[in-house]
Amino acid sequence: MNQPTASAANIDRREFVAQLMKHCPNALVIPGLGSSNYDLFAAGDRPENFYMWGAMGGAASIGLGLALAQPSREVIVLTGDGEMLMGMGSLATIGAAQPKNLTIVILDNGHFGETGMQRSHTSLGTDLVSVAKGCNITHASHLTELEQVSDVARAVSAKSGPTVFQVKVKADDVPRALPTRDGVFVKNRFRAALGFEPV
Amino acid sequence: MSDNDTAVAGWKESIYQVLKRGNVKQVAYVPDAGHAHVINRSHDDPDMNAVVLTTEEEGVALGCGAWLGGQRSVLLMQSSGVGNCVNMFSLLHSCRIPFLTLITMRGEFAEFNAWQTPMSQATEGVLKAMGFRVVRVTHPDEVEEVVDAALDSAFVAGEQIAVLISQRLIGRKKWIKD
Repeated sequence: MNQPTASAANIDRREFVAQLMKHCPNALVIPGLGSSNYDLFAAGDRPENFYMWGAMGGAASIGLGLALAQPSREVIVLTGDGEMLMGMGSLATIGAAQPKNLTIVILDNGHFGETGMQRSHTSLGTDLVSVAKGCNITHASHLTELEQVSDVARAVSAKSGPTVFQVKVKADDVPRALPTRDGVFVKNRFRAALGFEPV
Repeated sequence: MSDNDTAVAGWKESIYQVLKRGNVKQVAYVPDAGHAHVINRSHDDPDMNAVVLTTEEEGVALGCGAWLGGQRSVLLMQSSGVGNCVNMFSLLHSCRIPFLTLITMRGEFAEFNAWQTPMSQATEGVLKAMGFRVVRVTHPDEVEEVVDAALDSAFVAGEQIAVLISQRLIGRKKWIKD
């Protein structure tokens, strides 16, 4: 019942994120709690990554606040299906606010990977692209091939309105890559990269 | 609803003026009649982004994102909303994010709806348990000074601070059947 289900998804999440970061070297990136946090770190540590070790459901809203504060910068929220599901209301908030420079990339393996691969709602009928479109996020699509990472890169640099990509990734275990858990350090380093001093 | 719910009391305008002077750029809210004036003023202000939320915890995360991007924000909510934020408050604590929230109290004075009471009684304790300093305003004359001081506590000292706006200050809510 709670075992991984066979899926047509064949994208390797690590490879996808590595290529995404190669395409978008200047983006400010908010990863969601869990595997996406590790995927981002594995693609290379950088000050413009705001690693998250908690606050499940908050990644998209953090991205919105950042996108509104830095309208000239590319902002990417890189999260998983479980984290996005917990903050699903934030899609309505983003659809209402319509930030031009916010791209949400959902690495959807259909499971809660951190806790033993229980099936998530995206394995049980929820389609996050439909949810996003229903929230007035008109640029929303599924990605099923690694090569489509260039679609994400184009959307990120276009800054033509909030965009959601639901990326069907393989539900396999990848080695953990653990970024620092010091939130104050990560915050100050991130802000320093934008030219802001600590309080 | 009574006249009190929508009347523009001077203290409501002074909250907006304090936020404006204090360079607050993002005003996140789940509506409340007591906040209605500040919400409307924020929407009309081209230098502010007023952001309507589906649930209050989004405003906690939004405020974190705003600060990462160099902007000051405020979260406007009712006391009931504090309960919706609890785990998200850990983000502020873990990353030491300066944070200001203005909370209109329900369930404490001439309240007709007892469903507001449990969270009302827990509001201050919950905030303190999650690391907030909590101050309260009850008289119109003190609002400007206290909100202004709270703003400095947040964005100059780097605290997480909540200003509770007493229900007595907001006024009695009258519900009349058609």
